[in-house]
Amino acid sequence: MTDMASLMEDRAAAKVISGNLHTPVDWDSPKIARNIKKRYAAERRFKIYGLSAIAIALMALLVLGYSIVSKGYSAFFQTYVQLEIHFDPAEIDPDGTGDPAVIGRANFDSLVKEALRNRFPDVTDRRERRDLYDIVSGGASYDLRERVLDNPSLIGQTRKIWLISGDDFDMLNKGYISADTDEGDRRLNDQEIGWYNALTSDGAVEKQFHTRFFTNGDSREPELAGIWGAAVGSFYTLVVTLLLSFPIGVLAAIYLEEFAPKNRFTTIVEVNINNLAAVPSIVFGLLGLEVYLNVMHLPRSAPVVGGLTLALMTLPTIIIASRAAIKAVPPSIRQAALGLGASPVQTVTHHVLPLAMPGILTGTIIGMAQALGETAPLLMIGMVAFIVDVPGGALDPATVLPVQIYLWADSPERAFVEKTSAAIMVLLGFLILMNGFAVYLRKKFERKW
Amino acid sequence: MAVVTQSAMTAEPSVTSPKMTARDLNLFYSDNQALFDVNLDIVERQVTALIGPSGCGKSTFLRCMNRMNDTIDGVTINGKVTLDDRDIYDKAIDVVQLRARIGMVFQKPNPFPKSIYDNVAYGPRIHGLVNSRDELDEIVMTSLERAGLLKEVKDRLPEPATGLSGGQQQRLCIARAVAVSPEVILMDEPCSALDPIATAKVEELIDELRSNYTIVIVTHSMQQAARVSQRTAFFHLGKLVEVGETDQIFTNPKDERTKGYITGRFG
Repeated sequence: MTDMASLMEDRAAAKVISGNLHTPVDWDSPKIARNIKKRYAAERRFKIYGLSAIAIALMALLVLGYSIVSKGYSAFFQTYVQLEIHFDPAEIDPDGTGDPAVIGRANFDSLVKEALRNRFPDVTDRRERRDLYDIVSGGASYDLRERVLDNPSLIGQTRKIWLISGDDFDMLNKGYISADTDEGDRRLNDQEIGWYNALTSDGAVEKQFHTRFFTNGDSREPELAGIWGAAVGSFYTLVVTLLLSFPIGVLAAIYLEEFAPKNRFTTIVEVNINNLAAVPSIVFGLLGLEVYLNVMHLPRSAPVVGGLTLALMTLPTIIIASRAAIKAVPPSIRQAALGLGASPVQTVTHHVLPLAMPGILTGTIIGMAQALGETAPLLMIGMVAFIVDVPGGALDPATVLPVQIYLWADSPERAFVEKTSAAIMVLLGFLILMNGFAVYLRKKFERKW
Repeated sequence: MAVVTQSAMTAEPSVTSPKMTARDLNLFYSDNQALFDVNLDIVERQVTALIGPSGCGKSTFLRCMNRMNDTIDGVTINGKVTLDDRDIYDKAIDVVQLRARIGMVFQKPNPFPKSIYDNVAYGPRIHGLVNSRDELDEIVMTSLERAGLLKEVKDRLPEPATGLSGGQQQRLCIARAVAVSPEVILMDEPCSALDPIATAKVEELIDELRSNYTIVIVTHSMQQAARVSQRTAFFHLGKLVEVGETDQIFTNPKDERTKGYITGRFG
């Protein structure tokens, strides 16, 4: 009867322990009072540390936000110059055909130049004239062509028209070039500033909202460069990333968490997934360059390659987040399903996965946001190219938002400084949107059990 | 103290044509043996109570009876468990179907975070027991009726099951188990998370269910075992010490340890 004896012994031991608890405590002693005081002090200290940490973080955020917005907001506006354009039939459509093909081929640039010459007739020197033509952007002639194609009755008329200005003129108007500095130290000479003053006094210079910035691709001319090409490139890249990394990541997480036997092999896999999350992203870029471009010969600079590369980078994030979400589903739900005769796959698809979905989605969106902001691996696979066209698909050459920021930050023109900050604002806007969506999903699908 | 041999320990009044049997069942969690040579017969349409102190292996044994231990890593089982004279650990047995035939109710009410209706309908749906929505409705209603819950929930079937009280949730879990028409229902301390009134309702329900199902219930409460069961098995340290008619176990236990446990001398 050793079992019985051991049980009786346990009971006896329990009694002894409970007996020792009866030492009286003097709750009013100075020692206890000191202890309480110390505890309060520690709590106050901790609160101060916490608050100052938050204050520092907020301050950093504020400084960052201020510097970006104060530099970048002006990029959303663009200087326009009003000129009297004579839509000369001899220049646009000499034979009077009215054929859009003929009108499209016409040299609208010369109309702009003529208008400028008419506005400042005393400029005759060739070099000075070249400076004069720089007041208006090279893109203005495309605007004029669009106008005439839309409304052919303009031919033969003379109209006052707002034309997009060149970047230096724009900088001057926005105050980034000061007339007070020495002539040799600024990009515009005294004569050009004189033209600006003349136009301003006519009321022929104004800032308008810069829609081009949101609809154009990249350009060598800052006033014509836009963010849309990069935004579309980012979109295609992220679509490819999502399509690859989400299913693979979630399936891997489900398998590892619900089905894989716990042995040395799965432990190694687990450790390596965690390690992959810490690998510098440029390494994934090198891998993408070697495998996708050199071995598989996929198109260079294409979102599909960028997506494939970023998918590698996002996978560990999604797997880790999904595993945590799956682990958080209470085992009682699994037991309930298994106890009813649901197969393991049914248990996962009917119960575990729906309950883990908010966590999985949150992790996925955070991974996607990370991918959206990633630059280094994309530099390796050629997405850093100068691409003017807005990409039409995942196989077209493209660039992405952060790379566009990098490219603009590297450009010498003064006007690209504000474009860089504006592009950062657009990128941050997308990131805030995505994170906000993650928070929304988490709140919406949060369940209590 | 009398020396009790192994055979005498597990000997029991012979049972004719038991619904389930366990023969020389040993179970190991990795290197720890949790069950030692358990031999037990479960009588059809009776309530069998498994009692014993914490950690004595009664829940482990219960989970062997519908192979829920299969889902735990490192468990090895030898011996035999039969349902209608067929070994449930046989390779030809489909575990999924087996668990449909042997339902289970757990210690903590664990309704799915879905509607009350969907909770009960889940089993019949996955096993393809119904052909039409009407049939399913009928099964859900009958099951809720059998679990004594219909009156309380019939107007709120689309509401989430998690909004029910603990006792209602547990009866919903019983309705959910009943909905797949199991032959045996295993209950693992079904009342331990419930207040006395809810407990009384569940006990009443168990007594009613006896006419249709074979029930095995693990309980910590000897009063409960005495109230609801016809047969009682006492486990201690992984061994089945004594099994017999509930009346006999509680009034005239043969084994010293059983006597010690039911009189509250240990446990």
